Amino acid sequence: MISAAKLDRLKAAFPAISHSEFRLQVRVVVPVEQVHQLLRFAKEQLGFDMLADVTCVDYLHYRGARDRYGLVYVLTNTQTNERLIVRTFVNDPEPTVPTVVDLWEAANWLEREVWDLFGIRFAGHPDLRRIVLPPEFTAHPLRKDYPLQGRGERHNFPVITRSEG
Amino acid sequence: MAIVELPDNVVVTKLDALVSWCRKNSLWPMPFATACCGIELMATGASRHDVARFGAEVFRFSPRQCDLMIVAGRVVMKMLPVLQRIWLQMLDPKWCISMGACASTGGVFDTYSVVQGIDRFIPVDMYVPGCPPRPEQLLQAIIDLQAKIQAEGTIRGKEFLAPSRQQPKPALQP
Ligand code: SF4
Repeated sequence: MISAAKLDRLKAAFPAISHSEFRLQVRVVVPVEQVHQLLRFAKEQLGFDMLADVTCVDYLHYRGARDRYGLVYVLTNTQTNERLIVRTFVNDPEPTVPTVVDLWEAANWLEREVWDLFGIRFAGHPDLRRIVLPPEFTAHPLRKDYPLQGRGERHNFPVITRSEG
Repeated sequence: MAIVELPDNVVVTKLDALVSWCRKNSLWPMPFATACCGIELMATGASRHDVARFGAEVFRFSPRQCDLMIVAGRVVMKMLPVLQRIWLQMLDPKWCISMGACASTGGVFDTYSVVQGIDRFIPVDMYVPGCPPRPEQLLQAIIDLQAKIQAEGTIRGKEFLAPSRQQPKPALQP
């Protein structure tokens, strides 16, 4: 939950955002061009000093969805225990958002994970490598158009027989 | 041919049988515990189930000191090269128990990242079904493995070279 006064300040500074509330969690949706400014504002003006999570949702084939990927930033204010969820949408080809590593160091690995599994590029990230999958992996498997059982990656190993080993 | 009277307390046997008897009663497990089955593996080693009764209590975390690899848990594709390297580092003669549904077949995890059975890529001597198998089942697998070692073991490990022990090449699936 974020206090109404802070939400009003946020809306005054960024008229383009829309916001909704679900079970006391406030979520704002911001155009991708403004997401970095808004996150900087939330950190520096509203005291959201902790980035709890960066994740992504693939809305391919989702009912009523207009955009493909939804980025989710979960912010926490450790002084007041307020929370704010910031969302933005990006699309193929080359879905790209600006990195927030310059605001929160925690974003480094979180953004690498999103890049690894969804293939979202974070412009300006200092070290955008895969983090959970092996480096030779070529796909982004949490995209909805990637087959659940993969494209043979799990079978692609040498076989060690008894006489060989 | 002269018949030699054996003195009391002397038995005659084959050297292979003697060596196999020694080997089977002092298996040193390498616990390759990657998931929840590892908890049952720990329970097997603990006092209640007490795998020491079967001579296999010396769990070693160095493959050089082990001769029984117990793969307990699902193996993801990133882990499989590690599993193969550890298997190659173990000294002959060595055996492998695939513990649980995941290690044997991938279990419920029919996904891009989980290897669908370690027996596609390394040799396996015993499979333990269950999710997770109870410690009694793992103990039974060790007992069965001991019977297998006693039945066919040789000093030089010739039994490992039998065509029936060679890994069938897996059919490549998508
Ligand atoms: S077989 Fe069951 S208990 Fe064992 S690793 Fe798989 S899911 Fe876990």
